[in-house]
Amino acid sequence: MAPPDHRRPFKRPTISDQQRRRELSLLRQAQNRLDAQQRARCLASTVLSLEAPEPGPGPEPEPVLELELASESEYHVEEEEEGDSRSPSKEFDVRQASKLRGAEARKWFARQLMLPEWMIDVPDRLSQDWYVFARPSGKRCFVVSSNGITVSRLRNGSVLHRFPSALPGGARTRDVSGSAQSYSILDCIFHEIDQMYYVIDMVCWRGYSLYDCTAEFRFFWSNSKLNESGACDPPSQNHRYRFSLVPIYNCDENGLHAAYTGAVTYIKDGLLFYNKQAHYQTGNTPLALVWKDEKCSQYVIDTDSKGNVPRLQQVVLELQEDLKLITSDDPPVVFGCLDNDLVQKVQFAYSPTNLPFLVSLSHACTHAFIHTCVHTYTHVRISSCSIIGSNASYLWFYIKFEIELLFHPLPVRPMHRISLEVCYW
Amino acid sequence: MAMEVTQILLNAQSVDGAVRKHAEDNLKQFQEQNLPSFLLSLAGELANEEKPAESRKLAGLILKNALDAKEQHRKYEFVQRWLALDPSVKGQIKNCLIKTLSSPSHDARSTASQVIAKVAGIELPQKQWPELIGTLLSNIQQLPAHTKQATLETLGYICEEVSPEAVEQDNVNQILTAVVQGMNASEVNNDVRLAATRALYNALGFAQANFSNDMERDYIMRVVCEATLSPEVKIRQAAFECLVAISSTYYEKLAPYIHDIFNITAKAVKEDEEPVALQAIEFWSSICDEEIDILEEYGSDFTGDSEVPCYYFIKQALPVLVPLLLETLLKQEEDQDQDEGAWNIAMAGGTCLGLVARTVGDDIVPLVMPFIELNITKPDWRQREAATYAFGSILEGPSPEKLVPLVNVALNFMLSALMKDPSNHVKDTTAWTLGRMFEFLHGSMLETPIITPANCQQIVTVLLQSMKDVPNVAEKACGALYFLAQGYEDMGPSPSPLTPFFQDILQALYAVTRREDAGESRLRTAAYETLNEVVRCSTDDTSPMVMQLVPHIMMELHQTLEAHKLSTDEREKQNELQGLLCGCLQVIIQKLGSSEATKYVFLQYADQMMALFLRVFSCRSATAHEEAMLAIGALAYATGSGFEKYMSEFYRYLEMGLQNFEDYQVCAITVGVVGDLCRALEDKILPYCDAIMTQLLKDLSSNQLHRSVKPPIFSCFGDIALAIGENFEKYLVYAMPMLQSAAELSAHTSGADDDMTEYTNSLRNGILEAYSGIFQGFKGSPKTQLLMPYAPHILQFLDSLYMEKEMDDVVTKTAIGVLGDLADTLGSNAGPLIQQAISSKDFLNECLSSDDHMIKESAEWAKLAINRAISI
Repeated sequence: MAPPDHRRPFKRPTISDQQRRRELSLLRQAQNRLDAQQRARCLASTVLSLEAPEPGPGPEPEPVLELELASESEYHVEEEEEGDSRSPSKEFDVRQASKLRGAEARKWFARQLMLPEWMIDVPDRLSQDWYVFARPSGKRCFVVSSNGITVSRLRNGSVLHRFPSALPGGARTRDVSGSAQSYSILDCIFHEIDQMYYVIDMVCWRGYSLYDCTAEFRFFWSNSKLNESGACDPPSQNHRYRFSLVPIYNCDENGLHAAYTGAVTYIKDGLLFYNKQAHYQTGNTPLALVWKDEKCSQYVIDTDSKGNVPRLQQVVLELQEDLKLITSDDPPVVFGCLDNDLVQKVQFAYSPTNLPFLVSLSHACTHAFIHTCVHTYTHVRISSCSIIGSNASYLWFYIKFEIELLFHPLPVRPMHRISLEVCYW
Repeated sequence: MAMEVTQILLNAQSVDGAVRKHAEDNLKQFQEQNLPSFLLSLAGELANEEKPAESRKLAGLILKNALDAKEQHRKYEFVQRWLALDPSVKGQIKNCLIKTLSSPSHDARSTASQVIAKVAGIELPQKQWPELIGTLLSNIQQLPAHTKQATLETLGYICEEVSPEAVEQDNVNQILTAVVQGMNASEVNNDVRLAATRALYNALGFAQANFSNDMERDYIMRVVCEATLSPEVKIRQAAFECLVAISSTYYEKLAPYIHDIFNITAKAVKEDEEPVALQAIEFWSSICDEEIDILEEYGSDFTGDSEVPCYYFIKQALPVLVPLLLETLLKQEEDQDQDEGAWNIAMAGGTCLGLVARTVGDDIVPLVMPFIELNITKPDWRQREAATYAFGSILEGPSPEKLVPLVNVALNFMLSALMKDPSNHVKDTTAWTLGRMFEFLHGSMLETPIITPANCQQIVTVLLQSMKDVPNVAEKACGALYFLAQGYEDMGPSPSPLTPFFQDILQALYAVTRREDAGESRLRTAAYETLNEVVRCSTDDTSPMVMQLVPHIMMELHQTLEAHKLSTDEREKQNELQGLLCGCLQVIIQKLGSSEATKYVFLQYADQMMALFLRVFSCRSATAHEEAMLAIGALAYATGSGFEKYMSEFYRYLEMGLQNFEDYQVCAITVGVVGDLCRALEDKILPYCDAIMTQLLKDLSSNQLHRSVKPPIFSCFGDIALAIGENFEKYLVYAMPMLQSAAELSAHTSGADDDMTEYTNSLRNGILEAYSGIFQGFKGSPKTQLLMPYAPHILQFLDSLYMEKEMDDVVTKTAIGVLGDLADTLGSNAGPLIQQAISSKDFLNECLSSDDHMIKESAEWAKLAINRAISI
């Protein structure tokens, strides 16, 4: 006797493996079609953004390039190289790079983050062309998921965590779309207290590059994709750390107010401003800006034991191989460039008492700093400067300086209350 | 002439092949020369009481086959042909048919019933033959009984054939009245009562209005319940079949009767003959189906406002239902595990028990455990098997919290039973139960694992050992291993717990596929399926072992291709094996091709593998073709643009696949592979596009090709356009009108049934994916203007989809994406058009606030593109 049509003999398999293979194939094909389609749309949107009018000229400070220092030309060269590497071959680079190990990997990844400049001026069309969001406090890192593992690397390229995640290719699971293509790169901040990765930008998703997409598109993409991937779910066996998006606002009055004063689940460390048209560019860019003040960041300024803000602020500068002098902030501020001669001298003889050298160094720094801040600040005076250490390629300067700033009100109300009397550098 | 027909019809049933062939040719000739006269003489033959029963019956069957066909296109053709016949001819035929219902010959009456239903199926929806129902009903009032019986049978067939909308409510009422009267206990003739009961089964779908009326429903239910007590077994069986149909069609009306029905069914399960008892069990299985659906649909937020309420019939009946079902488990047949088609009361009872467990969850456990404990160690194999079966049956449904402690205790017992129990039945069920444990209680989702480093080795050892047992037990052991592997599929990057045994597992499975008796109990198939799953779920650390498997499987495939001079039977088995081997290679390709680490090593085999697949195509087997085609799609995807070198040789098989209307699955798979090729080769596919497009266009215009292949063909247009970009230009003039007319056809779904709505949505999705690919393909090309003339229609199509409101989520997502693609590619040129379209406002806004993130994402993208198109 046969069972009714729709009733399967209980001990027989539900569906045949052939049917399963057929369905898995269809699923794979549908996913591949979707990927191809989205890739097409994504590339298309890049073309669109090139056609769109460029943001008005002039507002972006281009501090370093204006410096009339000896190494200016070198600096240009490097900029261009980095610019070139953003072409389609970048995708390949990332995959190759994910195979790098040790020092080489550190070196490569240390160059990959997009670094904002300090906001020392208000860009034109801020309310139309920019986004703002509260920057989570924590470790900035590059999160790469591929080949079944997720690795986060700090700004200096060293590994922070190595873990399974729900990001594409981020854990060893059976993914129907699973392929070598399936890797992703996120720009994140790791927030210690709740062990959460806050995603502030998306660089690659499911194997296609968003480098050449506008911030507008990248944010839209991360907003829609991240949740879908399950990366925002609570941690589980295959997903050790939770990811979270940060609320991003248009830079109008309401948006600024929300970002500046709004409650968030994380500790704030300043505000980040992203130009909507800007592509993801490695290194410093004037199309991403950071603002910090005592209201929105706990790291804005030194205080003494009584909680008063001293007139003098201190900063440690790092001299990089390329002679750029940067602060150790995150993101760092390029303070200026030193000329070769100067460094040569330092290599030969440095000591805290070598006053003539220090004087000239002070001059160089002051010069650089004034140029950097030329639009905003009137008086910068370095009160003291000393070298605290060095090795073959690094010098750490310990510089004390005093800055007198002009009151610089931002054109929108929530910011009015900010009166910058002392810059914290 | 008439005499001649009789002889031809008799000859057509002759044992002599030559005579038969000649007669068949004559009939064919006759039909082609003069269809009306042919049909008329067939009807006359059927109606003529003086003719032999054999020729009458065949005449009726040929007549029936001239009205209906399985293939959609032929059916349509036949319907049109009938409708075009001269009304007087049709009238005469119909008269003959009605007249035959009174024939003393049972065969003639029964054949006429079926033919009448076919004619009704064509004419009633056209509002023709209005007097049919009236005529039939007046027949019922007459004696003799055999006319009454045939008429009721006819009414039943008509209800099966036509949709309820085609019959007026008045007629429905009359039909039901007649049918229910015929079922009544006062009907003394059992044939009439049986015909009426079977007719009611078909007429239930028409009785919506009557079931909403308390009095009418009470009456129908009373008559059905009374019929379950008839002394005639066939009537009891048919009456229970009615109850089963009522349970799914009118679940929400059952509450007042459920208590009585329980008593009736319980009695039948315990005492009645098997066919009746099976239907009685089926009633409860069907109630489970309903309640599972309702509870699944509403999930945890089940409220009083829900459309169909859940009455928790199963939960209420639980304390009596479960013991009833457990009793049935002890009524096994000796050979049920060897017989694939077996179905008996023990199997039905177990199936129902499993459904009950899914319906009520934890509550079933305390009711079943005492039965298991009582029987599991008894000397009688029936008791041990029933206990094991009961345990296996309740493993899906109750919570892991409830089950895991029990499974932890049972696992060792089961493993040892699988090794030591003297009964094959018990071992078969034990292996199956282990499989169910792994299927439902093992995996990364579960907090407390039932498989630990401590017992994993033992489990694997026992299963591999059991795979050497008799075929039916070995098959179940393979099944258990299947789920054991599957449970580890979501493991992290750490080595899988199966890694230490991986080599042994592969070897054991491979050995099973080569067993002499692997053809029994589908053992070979099960072994390959398990091998596939083990490979799918494997981790990188074991890929070298998977890699080692490749030459073995290729060698097996090679050997099947070398075997010649096989009997039909052997050839069939060979083809099945080729299918399994191609399937296995497909899984391996997908696995090893998906990781950069293994892909390049693996692709060294690509040439050899491709050569084997091409040889498979020269064997005539649809299944093997399909599997080889799927494998090639996966290979193309893994190889990427390097696949180009195989194209010249592969192309003719691709074309063959696209031309295979008969095995439409092969055609559908091949269309999918064209998509794979497009994505792998991109513009390198260009040289083949003329031929591919020609074939695809032919496929679309064919009414022989199964309709399910057409939506994927449209999607494939999109794949091609995306791959070759503006080179798609020359196909626009063919593809666009085709898309346009399909779009018009698919814009409206009103009045269609679920199947049709589903098909329409898949058609829409295909059309929209084509548009999407074409727009994106042309993006940035100087030739985008070529698409401008099509934009108004496409926007109109989107608007009409939006107005219709019957899109599913997938179509909505694709549709709003097309709006974006159109704006993106055509830019400001299409700005005014877009602004006029309703889609760009209401539809877009609706999608922007959708809960479905895929829709929302597409909508946001479309918004971005539209804003730019409008603002520039």
